[in-house]
Amino acid sequence: MPNSMPEDISIDRQLILATQAGLPLVPRPYDEIAERLGISGEEVRQRLTAMLADGRIRRIGAVPNHYALGYTFNGMSVWDVDDAVVDQLGEQVGALSCVSHCYRRPRHLPLWPYNLFAMVHARSESGALADVARIAELLGPACRAHEVLFSTRILKKTGLRISA
Amino acid sequence: MRPNSETVPLDPTDRALINALQGGFPLVERPFAAVGTQLGIDEEEVIARIEFLKESGVLTRFGPMFQIERMGGAFVLAALAVPEERYEEVTAAVNQLPAVAHNYRRQHALNMWFVLATETPAGIPAVIAEIEALTGLPVYAFPKEREYFVELKFHA
Repeated sequence: MPNSMPEDISIDRQLILATQAGLPLVPRPYDEIAERLGISGEEVRQRLTAMLADGRIRRIGAVPNHYALGYTFNGMSVWDVDDAVVDQLGEQVGALSCVSHCYRRPRHLPLWPYNLFAMVHARSESGALADVARIAELLGPACRAHEVLFSTRILKKTGLRISA
Repeated sequence: MRPNSETVPLDPTDRALINALQGGFPLVERPFAAVGTQLGIDEEEVIARIEFLKESGVLTRFGPMFQIERMGGAFVLAALAVPEERYEEVTAAVNQLPAVAHNYRRQHALNMWFVLATETPAGIPAVIAEIEALTGLPVYAFPKEREYFVELKFHA
């Protein structure tokens, strides 16, 4: 990072570097990070609180391996939806309880005609397909085609890493 | 990465703990003690169980989830159509890059789907060019144009 960077931002950056691989599993994790950074535990908590408030941190917590919890059917459902209504319908698909992520993305014609992506996770194939059927019902005739891409292997899952 | 088919036996306390940890982890001096109070177990047991869940691969991460776009960075979903006989080699080439945050094998002609995370938007085309140079395959980029919903929580 350039030296001209305000000290405040540089401390936040050090805090990200110190926590991106995970919180230390000790009784006072924020104090341990604080010691490494040469600030107080209270300041670490305040900075993390501020980052949560402005969205730089989505949440603090655990990410389970969904396979280990029995969610073995993880489908990326993809839909070719009329551009005129995709935003309105995307909001409705995103609001379904079975959908964890929902985005509009570009098509790559002719290989890839789909512009709406919705992730579903289920403990059985029939459960996943029922979720997909629910989405199809909601989209109705505005959807011209769809597919479900099930994940068959996690090749990497480290989350984001910035470098020092 | 552990094979997907393995499952680790979890008791009801593990499941309650996993569910509790998917909410907001407390920003207090002794957060594990606070979580333990909710679940009726002590601080030491909370820490020991999280250590076990991480070591056994049930939890892939535990800590703050940073939203790189709010810090000037970029996230892009991308895919490759990898010939089957080259799948392992291409997986190794793609995974070695720190900008590759997640990577999944999926059943489709586009059979490798990964998320690129870079500190600046300009980093994305650079990583894409690097992957194309390393693999000799065209990268299909799917930047999000609109986010309707994101809330990844699993009931353990």
